[in-house]
Amino acid sequence: MAIEHANVLRAAHLARLGVSDAQAERYVDDLSRILEMVDRLAEIDTEGVAPLSHPLDATQPLRADEVIETDRRDTFQKVAPATADGLYLVPRVVE
Amino acid sequence: MQWEPVIGLEVHVQLSTCSKIFSGASTAFGAEANTQACGIDLALPGTLPVLNENAVAMAVRFGLAINAEIPEYSVFERKNYFYPDLPKGYQTSQMAHPVVGRGEVDITLGDGTIKTVRIHHAHMEEDAGKSLHEDYSGMTGIDLNRAGTPLLEIVSEPDMHSAEEASAYIRAIHAIVTYLGISDGNMAEGSMRCDVNVSLRPKGQEKLGTRAEIKNVNSFRFVERAIAFEIERQSEILEEGGVIVQETRLYNPDLDETRSMRTKEEANDYRYFPCPDLLPLMLDEAYIEHQRSLLPELPSEKRQRFVESLGLSTYDADVLTGSRPLAEYFEAVQKLCGDAKLAANWVQGDLLGRLNRDGLDITQTPVNAEQLGGLLARLQDDTINGKAAKQVFADLWECRGETADEIIETRGLKQVTDTGAIESLCDQVIADNPVQVTQYREASEDKRGKMIGFFVGQVMKASRGTANPPQVNAMLTEKLDALL
Repeated sequence: MAIEHANVLRAAHLARLGVSDAQAERYVDDLSRILEMVDRLAEIDTEGVAPLSHPLDATQPLRADEVIETDRRDTFQKVAPATADGLYLVPRVVE
Repeated sequence: MQWEPVIGLEVHVQLSTCSKIFSGASTAFGAEANTQACGIDLALPGTLPVLNENAVAMAVRFGLAINAEIPEYSVFERKNYFYPDLPKGYQTSQMAHPVVGRGEVDITLGDGTIKTVRIHHAHMEEDAGKSLHEDYSGMTGIDLNRAGTPLLEIVSEPDMHSAEEASAYIRAIHAIVTYLGISDGNMAEGSMRCDVNVSLRPKGQEKLGTRAEIKNVNSFRFVERAIAFEIERQSEILEEGGVIVQETRLYNPDLDETRSMRTKEEANDYRYFPCPDLLPLMLDEAYIEHQRSLLPELPSEKRQRFVESLGLSTYDADVLTGSRPLAEYFEAVQKLCGDAKLAANWVQGDLLGRLNRDGLDITQTPVNAEQLGGLLARLQDDTINGKAAKQVFADLWECRGETADEIIETRGLKQVTDTGAIESLCDQVIADNPVQVTQYREASEDKRGKMIGFFVGQVMKASRGTANPPQVNAMLTEKLDALL
């Protein structure tokens, strides 16, 4: 799969990453090489093999439905850039 | 042109676990902001999710209740999007391998017909936090208490064709989840929210029209009204030769209309992929059978039993199985008085009527099932008549007595069934009303039936309501007919 400049900018936008045009140019090259490597996997015959959703051959452990967390709001909010009335404040979001 | 509406619903049900789907923080409603948001809910680096066994059990029980396939393998995926109330930058959800596969739900329509709505699938996911847009010096406040609350999203096939059907469907889902006890079903607190997809197509056409999605509708009534408005809006556009734009709309209950949400600059691109932090969930046959053994009697089974073993009409059975507390109340009353039809009439008429008038639901009733059952038992064994029963019920409602027996005793409401006493009252009334007696004698036979009512009324009045009306009626008919 060929990757283009516009694909890089779109991926960066979706991930909310600031990528300059010059950087994007370099990523076109890097990402294309990664994709080429991935493309080689397509050469393997996977007929009758179910897609893998996790590399480990293990299943999900479950935890009991118990409340074990205590209120540590003050500790958590010490590292927050802005808080008020117990809320985390973020740049205004307009619906 | 005749247009046929096609409606599908996505219902988000908040599962009533104590702790969150992936963390041990509390899910209790109404706590102070962010006091129930732990490191996992806040997406602090280095934290890892661990799945709540109860959320899985609840989802599986729902699946079994709608006769769905429960795949032995299901996978959590990341749905990526940016919003400040979603601190991880993705919502952990399911897509390709949901926990509940295809199933079906029966809905009862107003005329008593039963229709089956197919369920496409149901999947587990986490809820987001809440954004408060009040002015915090030009910033938005974020409360993450709700972040990580387990949700079950139930996706129907587009099998509904009117607002009434959609409303019956959401009521049926509500009944199932509350019977199962997997959700409190409290729509006002957001425990059940609904996205509605509506499109129109010319009647008889197979191909679906373009749909609009109405987001976050949170009451039975709003679901019905939002759909009614949307059908009207779309048919007007189509009648004029216009085209429906595929978009997301919001229902505004105050204006009773749907409005387009600001069209997003670009289509959503959620880039789903399996969540590497969570392993595949495997459910074996033994686990599923164990969950099946925990299922209570479901609304449809109860409805059928009420009709077949108790002899109720399908309408009565449908109303009385509308919620689990109501069904349990009715069953308790029915057992105490031994007459299902009588219990059904009183619960639906007097009880629900008054609850409705006072804006209460069945769990807040001032007259409990033991009290009503006790009252109906006295009506059933002829201790009191229907009129006295209404009086006792009103007293119980106003808490003017603990039991029906106590009120009957203190108010002297015991019915007079002594033939001698009733006979002398009848003789007295006949003697006191010669004009009406003459009219009765001169009336044609078909009119007399109605005219007897006057005499019955007089006797009842003379007995201060304690005489047995059928007995009075029979005795008066006999005596008056003897005068013909």
